[in-house]
Amino acid sequence: MNNVTKRLFGGKEGLIGNLILALILVVVLPSMLDIFRLNLVGKYLTYAFVAVGLVMLWGNAGVLSLGQGVFFGLGGYCMAMFLKLEASDPVSTKIQSTPGIPDFMDWNQITSLPAFWVPFKSFPFATLAILVVPAVIAYILGVAMFKRRVGGVYFAIITQAIALILSLGIDGNQGVTGGRNGITDLRTLLGWDIRTTQSQYILYFGSVALLFGCIMISRWVLSSKMGRILNAMSEKEDRVRFSGYDVSNFKIFIFCLAAMISAIGGAMFVLQVGFISPSLVGIVPSIEMVIFAAVGGKKSLLGAVYGTLLVNSGKSLFSENFPQLWLFAMGGLFIFVVVLMPNGLAGVWVDYGKTWLAGAKKRLMEKSPVGDVKAVGEAPQL
Amino acid sequence: MMLAYTSAELTSIFTMQSFAGLSLFSVLLLMALGLAIIFGQMGVINMAHGEFMAAGAYTVYLCSMLTAKFAPAFQPYYFLVAILAAFLIAGTLGYFVEWGLIRFLYKRPLDTLLATWGLSLIMQQTFRSTFGAREVTPTLPDWLMGSFKPTETIDIPINGVFVMGLTLFITALVLFFTFKTRAGLRMRATVQNRVMSSSVGINTKIVDRLTFAIGCGIAGVAGAAFTTIGSTGPDSGSRYIVDTFLVVVFGGTASLLGTMASAFGIAQTQSISEFFLQGTMGKVATLLAIVIILMIRPQGLFASKVRRA
Amino acid sequence: MKTLKAITRVLTTGICICLILAAGPAHASDFPTSKVNTTGLAITDTEVTVGQLHSATGTMAISETGSIQAEQLAIEQINAMGGILGRKIKIIVEDGASDWPTFAEKAKKLLVNDKVAAVFGCWTSASRKAVLPVFEKENGMLYYPTFYEGLEQSKNVIYTGQEATQQIIAGLDWIAKEKKAKTFYLIGSDYIWPRTSNKIARKHIENVLKGTVVGEEYYALGSTSFGSLINKIKLKKPDVIYAIIVGGSNVAFYKQLKAAGITSAKQTLLTISTTEDEVLGIGGENLVGFYSAMKYFQSLTNANNEKFVAAFKAKYGKNAVIGDVTQAAYLGPWLWKATVEKAGSFDIDKVAAASPGIELTTAPEGYVKLHDNHHLWSKLRIGKWRTDGQADVLYESALIEPDPFPKGYQ
Repeated sequence: MNNVTKRLFGGKEGLIGNLILALILVVVLPSMLDIFRLNLVGKYLTYAFVAVGLVMLWGNAGVLSLGQGVFFGLGGYCMAMFLKLEASDPVSTKIQSTPGIPDFMDWNQITSLPAFWVPFKSFPFATLAILVVPAVIAYILGVAMFKRRVGGVYFAIITQAIALILSLGIDGNQGVTGGRNGITDLRTLLGWDIRTTQSQYILYFGSVALLFGCIMISRWVLSSKMGRILNAMSEKEDRVRFSGYDVSNFKIFIFCLAAMISAIGGAMFVLQVGFISPSLVGIVPSIEMVIFAAVGGKKSLLGAVYGTLLVNSGKSLFSENFPQLWLFAMGGLFIFVVVLMPNGLAGVWVDYGKTWLAGAKKRLMEKSPVGDVKAVGEAPQL
Repeated sequence: MMLAYTSAELTSIFTMQSFAGLSLFSVLLLMALGLAIIFGQMGVINMAHGEFMAAGAYTVYLCSMLTAKFAPAFQPYYFLVAILAAFLIAGTLGYFVEWGLIRFLYKRPLDTLLATWGLSLIMQQTFRSTFGAREVTPTLPDWLMGSFKPTETIDIPINGVFVMGLTLFITALVLFFTFKTRAGLRMRATVQNRVMSSSVGINTKIVDRLTFAIGCGIAGVAGAAFTTIGSTGPDSGSRYIVDTFLVVVFGGTASLLGTMASAFGIAQTQSISEFFLQGTMGKVATLLAIVIILMIRPQGLFASKVRRA
Repeated sequence: MKTLKAITRVLTTGICICLILAAGPAHASDFPTSKVNTTGLAITDTEVTVGQLHSATGTMAISETGSIQAEQLAIEQINAMGGILGRKIKIIVEDGASDWPTFAEKAKKLLVNDKVAAVFGCWTSASRKAVLPVFEKENGMLYYPTFYEGLEQSKNVIYTGQEATQQIIAGLDWIAKEKKAKTFYLIGSDYIWPRTSNKIARKHIENVLKGTVVGEEYYALGSTSFGSLINKIKLKKPDVIYAIIVGGSNVAFYKQLKAAGITSAKQTLLTISTTEDEVLGIGGENLVGFYSAMKYFQSLTNANNEKFVAAFKAKYGKNAVIGDVTQAAYLGPWLWKATVEKAGSFDIDKVAAASPGIELTTAPEGYVKLHDNHHLWSKLRIGKWRTDGQADVLYESALIEPDPFPKGYQ
């Protein structure tokens, strides 16, 4: 039991952390917020998937990817293609020149469904595609880059280029991808209307559940032997290599894992928001997702969720009330977090919060032994 | 595709496209030079490089407004002065940015990336709040308008020639500075061996600051040159940042020569593929080619002897 | 001190109430909230809330700023006249930031959260397509000001700009006749409006005008390097360049065109996407002699327009310019006011039902009328640009009936 708790949650402390987050997401927020704001939170949670992936990739394996939007977008587009085909049955589209195909294809004078769209009529295929397509692309990129020891800054810039390529590619092929507009007007999933209030609640809780699932899987990986190697890699990669491990294989694995997690986020995004567009695939969103992870603490899985929620709520609040100011705030946040809070909120919690808590506990229980206080600066377990 | 044109047309195409390619080459090179100095020599990734370009462009716009208001007689001559002003203002801005932000992050290249991205957001919003969200253009002097016509079908835009000339001039200046002056010597020494340099008495902190400032100044000149081609808006800078980085990385980050070769290759490829493919797809094809080549040869065209991770 | 404050407050409120009661012809008491608002919109006895959803930032800001200004001017003028059904209009302003997902999110916020009675917004077709499902699901009303490609009609949208047949067909007919044009090069920004418009243009050129399309190309929104395109145009030497370049790219395109030596002396160019707003950024000298096909130009000489231009300049500065979309945006609040007064209610369903047949004789473009299909009857004009950024209006058509689903062009 203890071992399971440790592997899945990170020990007793981690279990409490998970429970607190679960409480906030499952009980507190749904009761405090109306469905519109809750739907927004659901959207932020889908970004949190990407942040969790980045915690694995960047915080724990030391690889910074500035193109995670690519995988988020791929997952989103796979789901959107399935949903769009479902919404484009011949009956609903009978006013088109060619009924039975998505509306944007009709506007672009396309008369039959392109070959790569056809398999997406099947839900099992679409679900598989959401996981497999990003993983395959991550694998190819990973092999090409990591085996050649391309890392650090170079890798980051190339991931940016990939994000740019994909978003331009989608933009430029309006007929088959929906182009700039994206794929809009999605209505039902296997007959279930995803736009009703009830569906939005169900999708919200579904996202929460999937998010926790991904966090637990990630923690399982981190608490295995691989986790220790990853930790070592992010500190002193050469020594790990000299010890006989093939560092690139680990990086490839984590890159694929992060890609799949991001893709799940993308799919849930499409279900909750009702459309996808190339503006979620490009450079800007990819870099923003990095800051979500950074704010929470790039080594902290739970921190990723908090970071995402905080930054996005701030963004919405600012852009509603002080639209002129929010870019200043965002830019300032980047600088502040990077320069002054390199381990994010989780780091602040570990360095200051935990010692304060331990001290408070000690003061409360006068006769407790001294040995309970944990050392400052230990790698955060959250 | 090629057969759709006569041979006379093809010659014209290639001439004009090569010139368009050369034009694009000079723009890319001007943008990449500043970055090559900062990134290549100092290992600092400045994601706000595009915004320094925009700062230069806005400076030219301001000069244009001021000349129109206070010294209309000066109108034909203000442009060259404006370029110098762009260099100085962007450079000074860079000086203070290095002092206020970059110098804390030298050991953490990935963090500089993120911090400078934040800086770029702040700069973009500053432009938006000061100059408005709309794009602006300075009034360009008449001698920059129009084109040469060597033959009936070939038009060489004058501003393209101007930008190329400016690029050559700046490149020559940079090379001269780096390799022939004592200041350049100090810069190279600091980059190659910081500890030794400081032990022989070079003030490495000031050298860093000046290097960064010069890189930003060149970016300002690039922005100024750019006003002859397009308009300037708050987010003009972010449009070119990825291209600029790719040029530098593709050429091999430690080599100025590499930057030049890379800018040339990329510009010509993009020009030609844009002609035969649709606009956007031409860009995609070029980017894909660069990425694939980089995957095969990650150190770029002219690799340095010192590998930076 | 506290008592003094309280007394001042009571006095001011009392005076305000008296003033409101003494103001305009429509008193709120004639239109009790329970009668005019049966669907829970944000309406009180003294106020009705509307939303404004445009791009204040991003690549579309250059074009949408005018719409924002015009709508606010119209609402200010309506409020000065006493408001609608005795209620002053309050605006909630949201920024779509030239990003369609943001448009959809803000639209949802305005309709679901703020429960506004009407939304004046959008510019690009992409933004409209992104918000349309939201408006139809939440039953809102959008007043959409931009000329667009047609092929759409919704109970929840009033289209105050021209649709493609009104703008494209009449314009092509004129230029083919005036310039004896036979070959056309179609260019545009890469998204739905230019592509669909060029589809209609091509059909008209090939089937009706019996001309040829010698090239058709699209460039991403926001792109600025048109060197290759211009070279291709030079090679093909079309009689007419038919340009649908949108937003900030306009500036780069026309500047590069001029730098390449292509001016109106040698080349005819007709555009349906360039208004006084864009010309301000491009510079009149780069466009002089080229033609635009629009329903409105700032230089129109009728009494309505002169009053409108004066009011606009008084509020926004004597250098302000007014383009076609700006004027169409100005019409939105006035049309809504007329429709609400005819329906006697703010309820969306009643407003939608009362819309067909609404006429405006005070429109700066002249006379307009709402059609059953929620579009406007309007005229088309051809303007030739001058160096000062204004256009000489060379041609004015008769009133054209809107036909968003034209037979033979789909």
